[in-house]
Amino acid sequence: MINLFEVKETNDMVEHENLDVRTITMGISLLDCIDSDIDKLNEKIYNKIISKAKNLVATGNEIEKEIGIPIVNKRISVTPIGLVGASACKSSDDFVSIAKTLDKAAKEVGVNFIGGYSCLVSKGMTPAEEMMIRSIPKALACTDRVCSSVNVGSTKTGLNMDAVKLMGEVIVETDEITKDAACLGCAKLVVFCNAPDDNPFMAGAFHGVTEADCIINVGVSGPGVVKNALSKVRGKNFEVLCETIKKTAFKVTRVGQLVAQEASKRLGVPFGIIDLSLAPTPAVGDSVAEILEEIGLERVGAPGTTAALALLNDQVKKGGVMASSYVGGLSGAFIPVSEDQGMIDAVNVGALTLEKLEAMTCVCSVGLDMIAIPGDTKATTISGIIADEAAIGMINQKTTAVRIIPVPGKKVGEMVEFGGLLGYAPVMPVNNFSCDAFVNRGGRIPAPIHSFKN
Amino acid sequence: MKKTVITVVGKDTVGIIAKVCTYLAENNVNILDISQTIVQDYFNMMMIVDANKAEKKFGQLSDEMAALGDQIGVQIKMQSEDIFNIMHRV
Repeated sequence: MINLFEVKETNDMVEHENLDVRTITMGISLLDCIDSDIDKLNEKIYNKIISKAKNLVATGNEIEKEIGIPIVNKRISVTPIGLVGASACKSSDDFVSIAKTLDKAAKEVGVNFIGGYSCLVSKGMTPAEEMMIRSIPKALACTDRVCSSVNVGSTKTGLNMDAVKLMGEVIVETDEITKDAACLGCAKLVVFCNAPDDNPFMAGAFHGVTEADCIINVGVSGPGVVKNALSKVRGKNFEVLCETIKKTAFKVTRVGQLVAQEASKRLGVPFGIIDLSLAPTPAVGDSVAEILEEIGLERVGAPGTTAALALLNDQVKKGGVMASSYVGGLSGAFIPVSEDQGMIDAVNVGALTLEKLEAMTCVCSVGLDMIAIPGDTKATTISGIIADEAAIGMINQKTTAVRIIPVPGKKVGEMVEFGGLLGYAPVMPVNNFSCDAFVNRGGRIPAPIHSFKN
Repeated sequence: MKKTVITVVGKDTVGIIAKVCTYLAENNVNILDISQTIVQDYFNMMMIVDANKAEKKFGQLSDEMAALGDQIGVQIKMQSEDIFNIMHRV
């Protein structure tokens, strides 16, 4: 039988170490809503989301109460709208009307984000998909809860450099059009390489076409729990360090497994995957950077950071895989700057640069995340950053992403506030040597060779 | 049978167990096991109970227990046994 010590350990994780389930995300397929009439399409999308997700928030709250673990977010992901709207949408405004429908449905069922205003153009773009991508700035400006993502490359297809170039322009335009809303537009826009079909985390969640009609995916969290466990093994060797991370990750993931099973049972929706990511928040003690510091770095960004992150990420997976029947999504440590107090501090003291962050993304998910850059950064420079990050994903057969936020009128070192879970960030310097000629070539970078790995 | 774990944590004082048990008895919740210890002057108690015959719903019992805890000056939590089993047993 369970003993007092074990009960206390679990409850301490919740009360003192910010253990929570970060999100229950319901994936809903909209493929059966496709219609050539835009009004009918919007109506079908709205009705399907409401019918599937009407009990999602209440069920999440009920489970939270019964097991005593906070479930922070309840969210929805849908089939990429670039596909769903292809037949009905004759203009960018038609796509924007779908974004508004998603926003309305999200508000009706009470979820805080809905992801899937997306398209997958890793090899080429259809005219509809290009229209959809061009509609992103307006769609994000006139909605509150819609999140958008675009997959511009994969290990199998190479990089679609036309889409990379376009996304640089779209980010600049989104930034311009939503500047009065503290640049929130770009915080809800992710550019992917190797985007997973079952990611429950925003802003990059969408419900891939390989998925069932409706599924439940769960994202766990708990950087604070790992950090606290590591504080008890200070000075011990790597074997002890790794064992401690694994055991802690196991316990944290088990909570996600229970929540996923219960949510699946109560909602009558199949369980998809658990995403084993360490997701920080701006709350003190809920930081991936602090784990890296606990491993032995004075500040994140110091030499040794990439190795420390690599081992952390790997041990989290090793512990988590056994704790859950299905693992998927992004599954890795997130290193967003604005959402992690330790990262913010490291940038402020000059320990962490964009280039070091890029190196760190080679060994963990998910990429350059929530990074504020000067508002006068050129679109081609942003495209260059996207291309670099996507190339890392393409060559290393992993997911990478860019969620970068040019801040109008702000210079390097100034602070920008995003609010809530999105936190705040210092504006970071960008290498301003031009890559115009590279980005403007057009076409695509061929898929990499899958042998001779070096 | 699904069991429920009740934890009571706070400064030790007279009558904590009496008040908690009275509430449980009034609500037809059967106590299966109690263990208790004092850690750094703090009263730590864990009860394993069967709340399946209670008329009130889990959420209501949980809220009322928490309110009772506020009156006594301790923190009372009521959770399904599942969370502890899944986390601590392979």
